Amino acid sequence: MKKAKTKTNAKAQASAKAQANTKAHAKKKTKAARSPKITLRLNGKKAAVAAPPMKRLLDTLREDLGLTGTKEGCGEGECGACTVLVDGAAVNSCLVASCQVAGCDVQTVEGMARGNAKVAARLHRLQRAFLEHGAAQCGICTPGMLMAALALPKRATLDEIRAGLAGNLCRCTGYMKIYDAVAQFLDGERR
Amino acid sequence: MIAAAGIDVLQPRHLKDALIMLRVAADEGRPLVPLAGGTDLFVTLNAGQKPAARYLDLWRLDKLRGVEALGRRRLAFGGLATFTDSIESKAVHKRLPILVDAARQVGGVQIQNRGTLAGNIENGSPAADGVPVLMAADARVVLRSLDDERAVPLAEYYTGYRKTVRRPDELIVRIEVDVPEGGQRFEKVGTRAAQAISKVVMAAVGHRVAFGSVAPIIVRAHKLEAYLAAGGRDIGEAQRLVAEDVTPIDDVRSTAEYRRRVVANLVAAWVPSLDKRTATR
Amino acid sequence: MSKKKRREDGAARLRTVGHNVARAEGVEKVTGTARYIDDLVFDDMLYGATVRSTIPAGRIVAVERDPAFDWSGFTWVDHHDIAAPGRNVVAMIAEDQPFLAVDRVRHQAEPIALLAHADRARLAEGLAHVRVRYEAEPATLDFETASIVLKEIGIRRGDVDAVFARPGVRVIEGTYRTGAQEQLYIECNGVIAQPGAAEPDDGGITVHGSMQCPYYVVRALCTVTGLPREKVRVVQTTTGGGFGGKEEYPSVLAGHAVLLARKSGRAVKMVYERHEDLVATTKRHPSIVHHRTALAADGSILAIDVDLRLDGGAYVTLSPVVLSRAAIHATGPYRAEAVRIRGRVMMTNTPPNGAFRGFGAPQSQFAAEAHMDRIAGELGLDPIALRKQNLFRTGDITATGQTLKDSVAAHEVLERALERHARMVRPHNKKKRAHNNGDGHDGDGHDGDRRLRGTGVAMFFHGSGFTGGGEVKLASRAGLALTADGVRLLVSSTEIGQGTRTMHAQIVAETLGIPYDRVETADPDTARVPDSGPTVASRTCMVVGRILQRAAEKLRAELGDYDDEKSFRKRARWLLAERGTVEVIEEYQKPGDIVWSDETYEGDAYGAYAWGCNVADVEIDPVTYQARCTQFTAAIDIGKAIHPILAEGQIEGGTLQGIGWALYEDVVMREGKMQNASLTNYIIPTTLDTPPINVEIVENPFAGGPFGAKGVGECPIDGPAAAIVNAIRAATGKRLDAIPATPERIMKALADETSR
Repeated sequence: MKKAKTKTNAKAQASAKAQANTKAHAKKKTKAARSPKITLRLNGKKAAVAAPPMKRLLDTLREDLGLTGTKEGCGEGECGACTVLVDGAAVNSCLVASCQVAGCDVQTVEGMARGNAKVAARLHRLQRAFLEHGAAQCGICTPGMLMAALALPKRATLDEIRAGLAGNLCRCTGYMKIYDAVAQFLDGERR
Repeated sequence: MIAAAGIDVLQPRHLKDALIMLRVAADEGRPLVPLAGGTDLFVTLNAGQKPAARYLDLWRLDKLRGVEALGRRRLAFGGLATFTDSIESKAVHKRLPILVDAARQVGGVQIQNRGTLAGNIENGSPAADGVPVLMAADARVVLRSLDDERAVPLAEYYTGYRKTVRRPDELIVRIEVDVPEGGQRFEKVGTRAAQAISKVVMAAVGHRVAFGSVAPIIVRAHKLEAYLAAGGRDIGEAQRLVAEDVTPIDDVRSTAEYRRRVVANLVAAWVPSLDKRTATR
Repeated sequence: MSKKKRREDGAARLRTVGHNVARAEGVEKVTGTARYIDDLVFDDMLYGATVRSTIPAGRIVAVERDPAFDWSGFTWVDHHDIAAPGRNVVAMIAEDQPFLAVDRVRHQAEPIALLAHADRARLAEGLAHVRVRYEAEPATLDFETASIVLKEIGIRRGDVDAVFARPGVRVIEGTYRTGAQEQLYIECNGVIAQPGAAEPDDGGITVHGSMQCPYYVVRALCTVTGLPREKVRVVQTTTGGGFGGKEEYPSVLAGHAVLLARKSGRAVKMVYERHEDLVATTKRHPSIVHHRTALAADGSILAIDVDLRLDGGAYVTLSPVVLSRAAIHATGPYRAEAVRIRGRVMMTNTPPNGAFRGFGAPQSQFAAEAHMDRIAGELGLDPIALRKQNLFRTGDITATGQTLKDSVAAHEVLERALERHARMVRPHNKKKRAHNNGDGHDGDGHDGDRRLRGTGVAMFFHGSGFTGGGEVKLASRAGLALTADGVRLLVSSTEIGQGTRTMHAQIVAETLGIPYDRVETADPDTARVPDSGPTVASRTCMVVGRILQRAAEKLRAELGDYDDEKSFRKRARWLLAERGTVEVIEEYQKPGDIVWSDETYEGDAYGAYAWGCNVADVEIDPVTYQARCTQFTAAIDIGKAIHPILAEGQIEGGTLQGIGWALYEDVVMREGKMQNASLTNYIIPTTLDTPPINVEIVENPFAGGPFGAKGVGECPIDGPAAAIVNAIRAATGKRLDAIPATPERIMKALADETSR
């Protein structure tokens, strides 16, 4: 009986100490999170942006980083117009907290062309394929669609292309020419 | 429009720190909401739900990532294991292939890359797609707090609509599955072929079968299972029993009658496959 | 010389038209540099929000701003702020719809007041501190039992009753229903209003926005502000889809933003989030159509009697025109000795319905084509043979008494569609088959062949341009400005994804004989371009393109002789030096032989018709009752494909919207409010829901269109719903007379013993 009590007391004491430590510990962590400077690798270059940690990555890109290429279509993760690549994986940036991409590699549509995007010759091969095949009509879904397409496995079959793009809604094209453009691009990648 | 400016986020690098923070928050009565991939939370925030004052970002807790195969039949999913992790895991393909099927039908790749199994479980949606699979496979949810760890069978995890046994100072660190013997089957009946909320979900491992979207929580069809375990194979009886195990409703997506009928049809298609030698999918 | 050879020779001469030139507005779309309205930010800009009704009908008792809330920084606008010479009327056809409700509301989500603030989060808080108190009144929510008629029209030819009374005549009846459909442009509605037109403080107003019809917005703004035309400037920004959903609605939104901008003296941005856009903006009119058809025993249609009702919602808006098109197309592309069509738009206390691609024709032709299959079934005739027997040919007369003089390709599109579809589904064609079976992941591994399969056909047509005297009333104007190296288009037609700027530039370049890239195009700014009419009604190529072609012809004549680009530039510079500026603007010219009466609804309804045929393969899973389209063929006669890839794109996109309407898209209403107002619950087809769509472009030229072109934008959406429903009947033996053909409805039909 006695032994058990001692154990319990000791445990309680240790717990109280731990609690005091944790409170101080937690406060330190809280302070660190309030200063909202987020550093990341953005389209191949180092970048830093001050943004509230829970600000959506979509909004940080569009408002604080001046990259309006990524679009909002629904705010629900259904349309994929906000798709960007984080460490190579396609994600809906309307559902990502900005603080979670600290230290990550983020790619947006603005990173695709080399240099001056207005010059057709500097376009990414996938962008050129989209142009050739008429894969963009109104263009609002296009940036997200391009990003999702870049994340496809290089040997994707038509069915895998369709599955990989199932998270990107297009209302204009009926998808057919998007498949053509992506298939041509992947074909070129394999050579 | 999320009023992000006023929200604090704690970003621990180690699991222990995260657990300390949750303990302190619980002791102080200051809610601290865990945030993983954000695929459920941000949908509600974008829709105008008032955000919590503080969130605990779990995304840096690398120890919680990934899927491990332990022994011949055991799978261990980390607390941050995503649907994509399951799809890409050879072990999952081999031992619990219906989880791959389910994972492939959760949203599009964008959701699969960020959505976690733990989040799917904890969010408690009756329409969750991964949970019926795990429930049919007798999964255990491993909850850890600062000084304790416990494993709760998934079948006992829910206490009511979107209510779980997780205490505020606990995190799901692991989901363990000792995959039972038997054929596996997964059927999701959604509103369309991809990116669909399910109207009915059925997941079966052997004669264990769980249903989603037909009750306030994901349920195992205990009456039906008992009948099948005892050797019963009459389809009419099976359908009668499963009708007692599920309580579908009318909602904006579908009707109770449709759900009842489809559950009956799915059972009718499934029962005859139980005694086939090869594992069906 | 054979027709084919003549066509080939003609085609060989064309250097730009008929070729897939690089899109004028293409690069910016694939690089993300195109600026949509939400990408624009102006200095000192405020954000605007709308206080909306939360009941379907009733009197407004009070509109209260919480006195305990800090309203500093807010701008408030309600109907009191619309003062003479401005009028609180959204000017369309009738003057029944206010910009802001005065003393009563007639539908859920009706705009009552407006708020603006520089901070969006604060704005949302302010909105939550406004309370409206009502005295609710009984609401009419079901248009089938509604009694108030917003518009009625009648079309009559011959004596329908006499035909029905003839002995030996077979009479087949059927009732068909279609649901509302949301346009679901991926870019929501949005505008930015700024004080100042030509100068920031000239008392005028400028609006940038996502829209199809800049001049509709001008007219609406002149009405609500009382400003003269010169003081109102409207600029279309890159528009992320319209499909009719941005035909008339932007006028309402622009009016709201302008009221806030004028009161605050600041730029005001109003961009809807998806939920608000779904709940508050226009949808396709739901319909109920009753057919009564008299046939001879051999299947010849003798008389067609149609009663058609549309749900207009609470205000008239464009419903009379939707009704008009629905009624004119209600027979489908078939001849009959006698025709009677009664069309009515009913008033309900729901958000007003409006333009959506097809504009009434999809609804009435769904009924007509589903009915043809019912007729075939009941008379024991082959559905295709029945159609062939009754399809329009050149020389036939339509319901409105129009003799179809030329460019009638109904039989040709039917042949082409059937032939192409058969090629696509040939079993040995392995490559295509792999595409066909793109199943996605619906677990069909275990019950491989439990599915029921069937094929359905639909025939349809679509008149191009505004009905009857509509184009004359529009009096559209468009033209060119000469530059040192080429020309600049002066036209208010909008590019909304269909490639307007490219197509117009091709027509002009071809006519002038200059390279395509010498034609400058821009998104319309009403300060710079004339009113070319709205970008709707499949008129942008056939009607406006033709005006541009005439302007180019005139300019060419004025330039004198040149035979290559170099000599063109020489002539251009000479002419510019002579005159300073050289602009040629042409106005719409009615083709001489078109005769139409608005009073009797008789005459030449449209200058030309596009013709279409769809063949659809559908699979139904008897376990889940889900129907899926697995292969789809569309043959459409568009006269001439100015840009083949763009034309195909219109057909593919319009087809998929029709498939979505047939199978997936459902607006769930309760108490007059949309319940599934999110993309999670209002579903459009994803890649995995989309069948291979095989397109056959048929070119049956129309002399009145540029290079033979007729319209292409809308025709493709008129057919898919009936083709799919007919395929479902072929697969299951059960007839579905309503869309969407949801699994719940299919389940009911399969269980219904009496249904055939």
